[in-house]
Amino acid sequence: MHVTMTVNGRRVEALAEPRTLLVHFLREELRLTGTHIGCETSHCGACTVDLDGKSVKSCTVFVAQANGAEVTTIEAMAAADGTLHVLQEMFREHHGLQCGWCTPGMIMRAHRLLQENPSPTEAEVRFGLSGNLCRCTGYQNIVKAVLAAAAAMNAQQEAAE
Amino acid sequence: MNAIAQTTAERTAKLKGLGTARKRVEDVRFTQGKGNYVDDIALPGMLFGDFVRSPYAHARVVSVDKEAALATPGVIAVLTAEDLAPLGLHWMPTLAGDKQMVLADGKVLFQGQEIAFVVAEDRYIAADAIEKVEVEYEDLPVVVDPFAALEPDAPVLREDLAGKTEGAHGPRRHHNHIFTWEQGDKAATEAVLAEAAVVAEETIYYHRTHPCPLETCGCVAWMDKITGKLTLWGTFQAPHAVRTVASLISGIAEHNIRVISPDIGGGFGNKVGVYPGYVCSIVASIVTGKPVKWVEDRMDNLMSTAFARDYWMQGKIAATGDGKITGLWCRVTADHGGFDACADPTKFPAGFFNICTGSYDIPVAWLAVDGVYTNKAPGGVAYRCSFRVTEAAYFIERMVDVLAQKLGMDPVELRLKNFIEKEQFPYQSALGWEYDSGDYHTAMEKALAAVDYAGLRREQKQRLAAFERGETRSLMGIGVAFFTEIVGAGPVKNCDILGLGMFDSCEIRIHPTGSAIARLGTISQGQGHATTFAQILASEIGIAADDITIEEGDTDTAPYGLGTYGSRSTPVAGAATAMAGRKIRAKAQMIAAYLLEVHDDDVEWDVDRFAVKGQPERFKTMKEIAFAAYNQAIPGLEPGLEAVSYYDPPNMTYPFGAYICVMDVDVDTGVCTVRRFYALDDCGTRINPMIIEGQVHGGLTEALAIAMGQEIAYDDLGNVTTGTLMDFFVPTAVETPHYETDWTTTPSPHHPIGAKGVGESPNVGGVPCFSNAVIDAFKPFGLTHAQMPHDHWRVWQIANRLGLHG
Repeated sequence: MHVTMTVNGRRVEALAEPRTLLVHFLREELRLTGTHIGCETSHCGACTVDLDGKSVKSCTVFVAQANGAEVTTIEAMAAADGTLHVLQEMFREHHGLQCGWCTPGMIMRAHRLLQENPSPTEAEVRFGLSGNLCRCTGYQNIVKAVLAAAAAMNAQQEAAE
Repeated sequence: MNAIAQTTAERTAKLKGLGTARKRVEDVRFTQGKGNYVDDIALPGMLFGDFVRSPYAHARVVSVDKEAALATPGVIAVLTAEDLAPLGLHWMPTLAGDKQMVLADGKVLFQGQEIAFVVAEDRYIAADAIEKVEVEYEDLPVVVDPFAALEPDAPVLREDLAGKTEGAHGPRRHHNHIFTWEQGDKAATEAVLAEAAVVAEETIYYHRTHPCPLETCGCVAWMDKITGKLTLWGTFQAPHAVRTVASLISGIAEHNIRVISPDIGGGFGNKVGVYPGYVCSIVASIVTGKPVKWVEDRMDNLMSTAFARDYWMQGKIAATGDGKITGLWCRVTADHGGFDACADPTKFPAGFFNICTGSYDIPVAWLAVDGVYTNKAPGGVAYRCSFRVTEAAYFIERMVDVLAQKLGMDPVELRLKNFIEKEQFPYQSALGWEYDSGDYHTAMEKALAAVDYAGLRREQKQRLAAFERGETRSLMGIGVAFFTEIVGAGPVKNCDILGLGMFDSCEIRIHPTGSAIARLGTISQGQGHATTFAQILASEIGIAADDITIEEGDTDTAPYGLGTYGSRSTPVAGAATAMAGRKIRAKAQMIAAYLLEVHDDDVEWDVDRFAVKGQPERFKTMKEIAFAAYNQAIPGLEPGLEAVSYYDPPNMTYPFGAYICVMDVDVDTGVCTVRRFYALDDCGTRINPMIIEGQVHGGLTEALAIAMGQEIAYDDLGNVTTGTLMDFFVPTAVETPHYETDWTTTPSPHHPIGAKGVGESPNVGGVPCFSNAVIDAFKPFGLTHAQMPHDHWRVWQIANRLGLHG
């Protein structure tokens, strides 16, 4: 089928089998390999991307379902000049990653979580990230990074207002 | 000139060397999705391979019909054992001295075993085509219980071994028996048991589980027929060993094989072994002339690649009436699955399980391990621990608790009474190890004070009283574990894998402008080697860590090493790094002396420079020395500034730690909630405290998973019932508690910088700590032991059996 969607602000068109999984379309057709695959069953969240303002696990979304949608992946988080997004900064600052496999999905989910709830408690962060598995960090520093990012983003917001 | 612009402290800080919580250099790429993992590799014309796998755990493969699959558009080839046999690649050697089918040769021995390899233009076509390969099976009786496997009339699993009474590790006494490994003094131990005032006995099962890194295993093989060179990118924890093994089994000369481990998405032992997917990808690339990628899905990973544990441990521990341990006896039945593919040093078929005397001064001990074939997947890797060390630590830390209960002693009091004393190090254990250093009492006392242990026990008593009055349905458990690890394999004299000595290496080149590159024989899988090894070097050679590139994983460029597993990177490659750095410094000293026009012995090292003794204002920095190495003709010295070190450690290192867990156990739901977890680790000299803490958090969470629910379970027909992340427990951020970390520092006396390694300690100590906490909650009702994993259902059953449900 003919697919069109907006990925990271760029309009893309392609021919794809309707059954193609969104994650494979992103990784193999568009070569956006930051989105990872960890389980193919929607449990691990390594493939989390933003689709029309919601977190989705792109391993269980058909490309046909994403037709016409707006998709954001990890590749769009840093600024064009290479400046890291505050979430990326905080993950680095607080050692919120080790092998890096879960990180793109984790950051994409955290990004959406902070849109949904800009000032989450620790428990809310833990619950909000519970669809994303990490085998390396034990989550403690991920939670710390997300809370620090929330504080930094809120401070930026206040300063702007 | 040469004014001292900065203080010593400022210059030291600038290096970001040992002890600095340096931010990780890896993270700039990883946080932006710019890692380069195996599945990210795309080569022109690349094909994709996928396996037809057996649904049966034990069956004869009568026929494989690949016609329909081959007729599918986009399918390039279908390989079976028949195709591999002429190359001698239908079987391959395992790391444990056994052999393993690459593709089913007449029969299958476990569910998920590889039968045919379908090669297609993309992964979707390959997935479709594997459904079209028709396999005719004739099912055979299944054995999933290792004790049943040793019955005289048990089905013969390994027909290829018929009549073989001698295995790689000594005599085989039964057709499903692999080896018996015995250590210690049986007669003396049994004499002690016979006369002891108190003997506690327990059978402790450490269930089968799986390392389950978030990235599954995979590779890309490319045989370039023009150059005759095979390049193999893969999820390898030991790339150099993979190259040697690939050369030995394929007959391709080793210089014509380049193995590259790119970024690896977690390993935890799962990526040590050689899997059929690697071999089939290589053959498929040779056959098709194109690059071939193979990447497992999660079910493939959990069902067929290396599992961990599966040890039945029968124990007896003897003591005097007042709690002095006098002897330890242990008999293990080890379920190795269909092939013996354990990843252990050759001379240690049960790994370093003989560390099972733990942290205690036990005068006499005996241990025997029987390896057994069953209809389960092969493996037996060290899942975030050194070889079989977590099994050993679980065994002794449970046995000590069981003994304390029998003696009516507090488990901490019993531990303190039996710890090896600080003055006894180096300590010779009854089962053959020389512990390098330790200060167990200090660590335990620090932990007790940090959590107010006495206060916790008082609170526990009050909770029990409230429970008995009917005011609460929640019990409180306090788990204590004090572990001793044995890591850093190892001395070449007794540690090798397939004959390759377990040394490791580092090669350093200093560039003319005073920055550097260092390459090592190890490979990071998330441990942050690019960050920490640069710190070791910064402190050794006075070049800032930020100016040092670390590279690993490419066998064409990195020096030979045995890889990263068993917490060996810091103890072995870290030592090699320091030693290579010292060679650089030795040459730098001569260059500095020449430049300063003094004798070599008249200059001394000062953080980042050599200065004339007694005249600190006369010095040459490493930057100046590096340039001089490339632009001056120095009499008697070769140009350049490079060094390599192959480090053969004189001994293992022995990290240790004290862990305490406070758990609330709901007797009606079986839900266990970790209220507090305190972890004190002593890993010797600390390189990067931030990374150490992260390793501890991660290891504890894997321990939590294993103790509280994670298992590879089989039904009686050998079906894997936990083959997806739906059933295989990986904790989320919600179940995972907050951890308090702490440390003491007891350097290793034989390691160049005193470091011991830390990555695996929290798993080794964490599992018994969580498990002891669950069992501790039920001790007042007579429970002495319960088998892991302590999931809700099993904990509910404990409460039910003890009559707590009214």
